[in-house]
Amino acid sequence: MIPFADTWAAILAMAGATVLTRLAGLAVPRDFARGGRLAAAFAAMPVAVLTALIAPAMLTQGWADALAGALVVLASWKLPLPAVVALGAAAAAGLRLLAG
Amino acid sequence: MSATGPRGEFHAGVLASLAPTAGVVPFALLLGALAAGKGLTPVEVAAMSALVFAGSAQFAAVDAWTDPAPWLSLALLVLVVNLRHVFMSASILRRMERFPAAARLLALPLLADEIWAFSEARAARRPLTPAYFAGLAVPFYLTWIGSSTAGCLAGAWIGDPRAFGFDFAFVAIFVCLIRGFRRQPGFAAVLAASGGAAVATHLLFPGPAAIIAGTLAGILAAALTHREDPA
Repeated sequence: MIPFADTWAAILAMAGATVLTRLAGLAVPRDFARGGRLAAAFAAMPVAVLTALIAPAMLTQGWADALAGALVVLASWKLPLPAVVALGAAAAAGLRLLAG
Repeated sequence: MSATGPRGEFHAGVLASLAPTAGVVPFALLLGALAAGKGLTPVEVAAMSALVFAGSAQFAAVDAWTDPAPWLSLALLVLVVNLRHVFMSASILRRMERFPAAARLLALPLLADEIWAFSEARAARRPLTPAYFAGLAVPFYLTWIGSSTAGCLAGAWIGDPRAFGFDFAFVAIFVCLIRGFRRQPGFAAVLAASGGAAVATHLLFPGPAAIIAGTLAGILAAALTHREDPA
């Protein structure tokens, strides 16, 4: 397949996946997963997904990215989000330059 | 029906959407710039934002993007990142008794995190109406499309985002999003299990498998550490 078609196939498949999750609530019985272990598992999903997304990027790409990641975690305690993003980008760029 | 009628409800929705709409602009610009770095065109970015309309999923997909686009892996990744929307939509549907069936089908695909959160907040105070939902969702939706496209146009001009550490913005955004959940029961266990499993899997098999393994380990940790009536 030509790259152009691959990109549009990806966009349409991603759109289908998203709409599916948002319409799927129509199929969930009203009293499903309102407590217990199953509800706890679903409630944990955002943290589990987001952590799985960034942990390899923070911890397996060399010391510069690991140190920049640690700085971001510390900064997130005190600073608003745009400042944390700016600091993270600057730290990553600077430390990568030092690491060569 | 509410005292103010559909026009007043729509205006109230627009008013509520001002803060999240303004707040999403930097993210959308960043998303567009990162997408440009992966070789996507402004038209493709606009189409993705209009059709997918899911912030963290789009960031994750652009991060994992390669050329040619691995469409099946990207769709699976988006599905995993968005699985929480099944429960968000189930929850908000209990508040959509006033919506005609067609309005529900139009509203649900627009259920991005912010739209869902503000709809639930409204429904906790007074009945949720289709006009309020439209006022809330439409400005946010159009701003998301416009700003991400603008970011793509600017990004194509800036060049390689890695040289400026822009790709690390993902890490910063996700760290802040994760921190927002820190009071959730079992938070530390989920964090440790997900991070540990994702890193271990990534070292063995680089690619999207790490995301699936980390997610499964995290939700398993939540289920295992769960206690009824934590006192």
